[in-house]
Amino acid sequence: MASRKLPVLLAGLLLAGAAHASQASHVHASHAWIRLLPANLPAGGYVVLANDGDRAARLAGAGSRDYGSVMLHQSTSQGGMDVMRMVDHIDIPAHGRTALAPASYHLMLGKASHPLKPGDKVPVTLRFADGSTLHVDFLVRPANASGDGRD
Amino acid sequence: MKPSRIASIVLPLLAVVLLLAGCQRSAPAPWQLTDIRSHMPDLAFSLTDDGGKAATAADFKGKVTLLYFGYTHCPDVCPLTLAHLHAVMEKLGKQADAVRILFVTVDPARDTPAVLHDYVRAFDPHALGLTGPPRAIEALVKRYRASFSREPAQGDGSYEVSHSSAIYIFDRAGKARLLATPADTQDQLVHDLRLLIGSGD
Repeated sequence: MASRKLPVLLAGLLLAGAAHASQASHVHASHAWIRLLPANLPAGGYVVLANDGDRAARLAGAGSRDYGSVMLHQSTSQGGMDVMRMVDHIDIPAHGRTALAPASYHLMLGKASHPLKPGDKVPVTLRFADGSTLHVDFLVRPANASGDGRD
Repeated sequence: MKPSRIASIVLPLLAVVLLLAGCQRSAPAPWQLTDIRSHMPDLAFSLTDDGGKAATAADFKGKVTLLYFGYTHCPDVCPLTLAHLHAVMEKLGKQADAVRILFVTVDPARDTPAVLHDYVRAFDPHALGLTGPPRAIEALVKRYRASFSREPAQGDGSYEVSHSSAIYIFDRAGKARLLATPADTQDQLVHDLRLLIGSGD
């Protein structure tokens, strides 16, 4: 009896161990939205990422079938000037959260593959430094929105 | 002491006290934004609006004008600022009729009148786009001691433009009055705009 249960138990523990190692499995996304701008102008993507793991998670990239280009960006205000630059990664601290929000970290989404409108859901794949991925649906909102409308 | 002696001491003192009291009464209004009156020149420009027509500051006399420098390929801060101003216009309600938001592009190469038109209209009906020759834009930016710098283009031709984050506010006579920064709240903007709208000068 024990010999039949042991492999199952071991397999279970191994699986649990593997799941525990993945950064994506510890990250929970909420309030994901895209600020839609007219014509083919690049759009901004925002989301709150909470990490319940014991180690920091590192967001290393993102992709979407609705956009040809998705980059991680950061806006900063330095000495009265607004500057935006691309970043390689965005860290989410252990047992903490990082918000991609206006005037801070955000996704820059460009080269839309087809016209989008407010109310659409854009599936985005967030890629972490360890290769794990998290799928998040971003809600398309109008240009003058102040959030995802669901707070 | 002789009465004339008392008078010669008390009267000057009284005059000083009255003068000081007068100063108190003419103290500045309780602005919540930064007061820039007499620190910045009057609104003056000669540019092209988002309908392709010539526009000057004279066109906006009688309106309270908000001036902001940005560009349409900026997906984060410029839209945030315009969305923020849209929320302010909503809070002002009917009073917003007296306000105009001028979005001056620091990227005239990409921001044609047509591009600007679609862009500002996505935010608020009180917003207008302005463009013009690079020299005219630079002159206006310099006039308000703002600045911008364009990064070199990437392989695909895209580039970012760093730009001042301030919103310059002019009264109905075109005089520079207030400066709003990203740290200022919508309520602070609403409060001060109400004062400028109400003053009628």
